[in-house]
Amino acid sequence: MLALVVSHLLVALVLSLVSMRHSRAIYPVAALPPTAALCWALAHADSVLAGSPPVTRMNWSATLGLEFAFRLDTLALVMTLLVSGIGVLVLLYCRWYFGTPSGDAKRSASLLLAFAGVMFGLVLADDLLTLYVFWELTTICSFLLVGQSGVSRESRRASLQALLVTTLGGLVMLLGFIVLGESSGTYRISELAADPPDGAAVAVATGLILVGAFTKSAQVPFHNWLPAAMVAPTPISAYLHAASMVKAGVFLVARLTPVLSEVSYLPVVTAVFGLVTMFLGGWRALREHDLKLLLAYGTVSQLGFLMVLAGSGSYTGELALAGMLLAHGAFKATLFLVIGIVDHQTGTRDIRELSGLGRRMPWVTSVAVLAAMSMAGVPPTIGFVAKEAAFETYLGTGAVAAVEAGIVAGSVLTVAYTARLLFGCFASKRGAVPTEAHPVPAGMLLPPAVTALACLVLGVAYPLTDELAATYAERAAGSSGEYHLGLWHGFNQPLVFSAVTLFAGLTLAAHNARLNLLRSRLPRPLDAQRGYERIMGSLERLAVGVTGRVQVGSLPTYLGIILLAVLVVPGSVLLMRVTPIEQLRWWDNVLQLPLALVILVAAAGVVRATRRITAVLLVGVIGYGIGGMFIVGGGPDLALTQFLVETLTLIAFVLVLRRLPARFTETPSARRVRLPKVLVSLAGGVFVGFAALIFSSARDTPSRVSAEYLEHAEEGTSATNVVNAIIVDFRAFDTVGELSVLAVTATGVASLVLSSRSARRRKHARSDWRQLSATARPTAGEHGERGSA
Amino acid sequence: MTGAEPPEGWPNTGERTWFRSDAPAERWLLSGYSRDSRERTILLELIARVVFPTVLVFSLYLLFAGHYRSGGGFSGGLVAGQAFVLRYLAGGRLDDSSTVSMRPPVLIGTGLTIAVITGLVPVPFGGVVLESASFTFAVPVLGEIKIVSSLFLDVGVYLLIIGVVLDLLRTLGSGIEADIAEREGGRR
Repeated sequence: MLALVVSHLLVALVLSLVSMRHSRAIYPVAALPPTAALCWALAHADSVLAGSPPVTRMNWSATLGLEFAFRLDTLALVMTLLVSGIGVLVLLYCRWYFGTPSGDAKRSASLLLAFAGVMFGLVLADDLLTLYVFWELTTICSFLLVGQSGVSRESRRASLQALLVTTLGGLVMLLGFIVLGESSGTYRISELAADPPDGAAVAVATGLILVGAFTKSAQVPFHNWLPAAMVAPTPISAYLHAASMVKAGVFLVARLTPVLSEVSYLPVVTAVFGLVTMFLGGWRALREHDLKLLLAYGTVSQLGFLMVLAGSGSYTGELALAGMLLAHGAFKATLFLVIGIVDHQTGTRDIRELSGLGRRMPWVTSVAVLAAMSMAGVPPTIGFVAKEAAFETYLGTGAVAAVEAGIVAGSVLTVAYTARLLFGCFASKRGAVPTEAHPVPAGMLLPPAVTALACLVLGVAYPLTDELAATYAERAAGSSGEYHLGLWHGFNQPLVFSAVTLFAGLTLAAHNARLNLLRSRLPRPLDAQRGYERIMGSLERLAVGVTGRVQVGSLPTYLGIILLAVLVVPGSVLLMRVTPIEQLRWWDNVLQLPLALVILVAAAGVVRATRRITAVLLVGVIGYGIGGMFIVGGGPDLALTQFLVETLTLIAFVLVLRRLPARFTETPSARRVRLPKVLVSLAGGVFVGFAALIFSSARDTPSRVSAEYLEHAEEGTSATNVVNAIIVDFRAFDTVGELSVLAVTATGVASLVLSSRSARRRKHARSDWRQLSATARPTAGEHGERGSA
Repeated sequence: MTGAEPPEGWPNTGERTWFRSDAPAERWLLSGYSRDSRERTILLELIARVVFPTVLVFSLYLLFAGHYRSGGGFSGGLVAGQAFVLRYLAGGRLDDSSTVSMRPPVLIGTGLTIAVITGLVPVPFGGVVLESASFTFAVPVLGEIKIVSSLFLDVGVYLLIIGVVLDLLRTLGSGIEADIAEREGGRR
């Protein structure tokens, strides 16, 4: 399984390298790994349903107990059908959508494929930490896919919002995972599910994990990133923000329902948040004119519905969830892809501008109608079948009836916005000019046609769907029930609810225009988007305030603080535990004497130097002198490095000195703090000197570690240079860490220098322009010339 | 030499058409761009160009020898970096041969990637992260050659260090030089 996941990523990597030349072929090639994943999952479907899921485990850090654990159980199978199945179709669709080979097309191919890979890994994960890793990888993919080239401000903002909101949730969720894993002693989900933990720690962990699930699945009050993310190209929205990624939160709750079965508040919380989300999303969808935004709010609403079902923990509820997951994936992907076609062929997706498309695009329309039927819950589609099961789940009195009422109300809104979508997109409107549209290529229509057909087939062939869903529900709820997915259960309450929902929804849609007038007059006390912006704004202000107070920008102050910290913390310890210095010798090797003399003279010279370049050169002399000490002491590696680093430092100093005055200058205010400066530096110097003496006299035999290193260097690492063996083998982890520090530092310094340069250049340009416009109004011709120059 | 001098009043930056016309194809002494004649030292330029390849080879030696003698990726990278520094000191920022075709951040990233991948390679083979293995094989002319996998970590270090030094040259070196030139140009 790991190989399948990794193959996605590898192909994505290769594609990003070759996409420069073969931009047309990349999408069909990109569709291959998800196809393989889908075939693999289907091939194992029998054993999964029989209760023997394939398992892969790879221990990648035995000492830390970290592993990649994958397990294809029924829930994973359902999700794989969505992730890989819709992934293949979306990738094929992209080939037509991104017609001209543009940068977006090339980048999106490998990113979409990488996303399919990590999403596949996410649904298979059987280890909380593995799940978390893939979870955050999907967030990153989403950020890159929404942001695209980052040219437009809107897409940058939307991608950042999605990143911040979902990462916030992800981090909180990680905390929950750790609390859960540590309190119950294992991170493996299947083990946790077999023996559900309970106690206060698990209750806390559940709350934390739910934050992660709610942010990812766009539940109120975190829902706003999802509509904002609709700036992404439509296939990406169809795949990430409708069919797969946003379902990760629902998936997580469903995945952990058996684990958290002892937590009593889980169904209540998911029901409350889910219902509010379901209602709010539907309500907002009725107001939108942009078809994509309408669908986005519809997705928010449906995610709320799914969340209610996922948290229910009952057999029927989980049955409905499995059905609804499949249904939603199929119809939402279809509708998004159809809207992509409409947008692509007409150039608009505004309800007020579209008219008469039903006649121009009969095939597209019938595909959309099929999917819309499923969305609204019209028989014989899977949407109807799943919704019946959902209505069945909450038959009862008291709080259960309230949930039922909520679901019915939400479904009424669903029907209403479905009707609004269909009529708005395809109907001929009175007084409107029919919209011009290019003919639709068959290849572009094929993917949505397949998913639309799936809406119908999954509903008509309900025994098949039921086998999958019921197997999942039995394992998730831990018990089996009488109810099964089906088209006909006789005249009962759920059927009545379905009929009422359809009728009320259509009525609502018919009166929507009047309702919108009313709605615009309603006060809107809480706006999630405004809340998000306000929080971000105050965060930035806080950051600026803290930085301004902590970073005073004075080098002597920084140095003073560092020195004082050194003096206070290790210095006081040194004073308290002062040990007599033993075996004090004047020299080990006579050659040390002249070297020491050179160093001392140079050090004295640095203090007395008045020119900066003199000081720098003398510091260099000290450094070389110490390098000489290393040679005399018998450390050629150390000496080589010391000389090289010294040279480079010297050159860097000299390069920077070009920008500084030649001589040290002292302002009157600096003269006043001269004495404290001298005292601090003296104390620092004395401390370092004594520390060196004491530390070196404290150890009279080579440490055990060095003995080990010396002993094992030859046979362990086949290196005869033990220094190198330590760097690249014994302490290789440190080396990699230091490398990353170095990379970050170098990038940071370079960015600082370059950004200050470009800022200065901009300022110059602006002042030049001002001078230009102030002195003589140039003619248009000159203007143009200057602009182009 | 006169053919390679820019015409009177020609800026030393930007256009290079004057050079293409009659300069020799092998740029041994002059790179085409040259700094102000008052700041030039032909001798240093010549030495820099002569020594440059040798120093690079030496840095490679240090990289490969590190496992057995003094050296290693870090010192090798520093030596190679200082070859470029020498080149820059002699030729200035307009000596285009002092820049490598790879941009420093790319070099840094490549180095870090190689190091991390080297660390992860043992994992699929059932080893632990950063485990090392040595391979010995015979090559016809050179005899028996032993390669230790940790050499690749050292290669990563080597590339990253070169990248850091080049970045230093780009920002503190030519960056500041360009600034100064700009300011002087503005004053005039």
